Amino acid sequence: MTLTGYLRTDGRKGIRNGIIVSYLVECAHHVAREIVHPFRSQGVQLIGFSGCYPNAYSHKMMERLCTHPNTGAALLVSLGCEGFNKSALLETVRKSGRPARLVVIQDTGGTRKSIAEGQAWIEQTLAQLEATPRTEMGINELIVGTKCGGSDATSGLTANPAMGRAFDFLVEQNAACIFEETGELIGMENWMAQRAATPELGQEIINTVGKAARYYATMGHASFAPGNADGGLTTIEEKSLGAYAKSGQSRISGIVKPGDVPITGGLYLMDMIPDGEVRFGFPNINDNAEIAEMIACGAHLVMFSTGRGSVVGSAVSPIIKVCANPKTYKRMSDDMDVDAGRILEGRATLDEVGREIYDLLIDVANGKPTKSEALGHQEFVLTYKSFEPLGPACFPSAA
Amino acid sequence: MAFFQKTDASGVLLLARGDNIAVATAELPAGTQREVDGQKIGLRARVDVGHKFAVRPIPSGSRIVKYGAPIGVATRDIDAGEYVHTHNMTSDYLPTYTLEGGRQFVKEVK
Repeated sequence: MTLTGYLRTDGRKGIRNGIIVSYLVECAHHVAREIVHPFRSQGVQLIGFSGCYPNAYSHKMMERLCTHPNTGAALLVSLGCEGFNKSALLETVRKSGRPARLVVIQDTGGTRKSIAEGQAWIEQTLAQLEATPRTEMGINELIVGTKCGGSDATSGLTANPAMGRAFDFLVEQNAACIFEETGELIGMENWMAQRAATPELGQEIINTVGKAARYYATMGHASFAPGNADGGLTTIEEKSLGAYAKSGQSRISGIVKPGDVPITGGLYLMDMIPDGEVRFGFPNINDNAEIAEMIACGAHLVMFSTGRGSVVGSAVSPIIKVCANPKTYKRMSDDMDVDAGRILEGRATLDEVGREIYDLLIDVANGKPTKSEALGHQEFVLTYKSFEPLGPACFPSAA
Repeated sequence: MAFFQKTDASGVLLLARGDNIAVATAELPAGTQREVDGQKIGLRARVDVGHKFAVRPIPSGSRIVKYGAPIGVATRDIDAGEYVHTHNMTSDYLPTYTLEGGRQFVKEVK
């Protein structure tokens, strides 16, 4: 089984060929959004960073997204006086061989002129991207993420273990698969450590979840939302158990942090909790923050399960939504790619739904739009964080 | 492999042998009688889809076990057939926050 991908100069291959328009401070957000508007159904997507002060994490995130295999070109929109290192980002994108342009609103002469300049560049670049070389791509070149949001008790019974099964199919073929939400795995750490490739990695997994638990305890809050209790989940451990099922049954090959691209196939845990002392602000303010982080790790696709019914998609990479709850599916089927609630109704087995997710994933990798893509969903959020580099125990395969 | 057993038609899903709670896969009204893991259980209250009930007596302070893994601890004695949620169990890790609707939801059914 092979796919057809867009070849990038770093050797990676993309399954989409979009143009990213990125504002580098909130003050440039409107101009960037206006630039995108007429092209929004042509693969032109808005991302951005709102903060005025520079931050190593957000810079790395932006670099990874603007040079993501699914990204064909990038337009950076700056007000002019913000702290973001725009010339370094522009240089990185240009070095990657992608068309890149920087519009500085203060230099260009304000809103109207900047929009016109940006749109002229997009028109010319869209034509240019049609010539992007396409090439064969193996399943082992795919990176896939998994996420859940708007969970209820059905998430952990149907969609999550079915996505875990799809992960197992992918890992068998040496694709890289990323699961995360260490804050939503609290209580599962010892169990996960037993699945680690080495005892040292197992200890790192325990430390990583411990960091998440401390972070949440200090913040006086958790990833447990009141809606989860309405859906039948009572504790963070019970929710964790369900979230954990997304990881499937494969051996855990390593840990990544946002923006770290796995160098080999296998199953990876993404540690998205900031390092250092706890600072005010939730580590991940909503589902899309984590989706963006997995995409920055190179994810071509993200499988997203929901029981209560989330509608989100994402900029850069397609989101496949797997609906866990049969009642939700009936209400919101226009937004759902897979009806995993059939497992509860006795109409399908976990294996059948896992296979269906896998087959759909291959179709989406070959260009089939997901529901959220077709509906124009391009959610994106990026906030301040700080991370320290990972130690060698987190990458046993690199040793 | 504790994550999946075929759902039986009775609307009850016991995720792993040895679990002391089972999950409803259909809305089960109060008074529903089911045989779970060889035990006859009568539900004391309605249990909605995805919610859970005790399949054997659970003494206060002991673990609630689902998929073979502990998901919290009983805050009082729980009888077989009793609805299990925030009113009679708690996390070993972090407190659970509920909406007003959530609190109503877990009000005891007399």
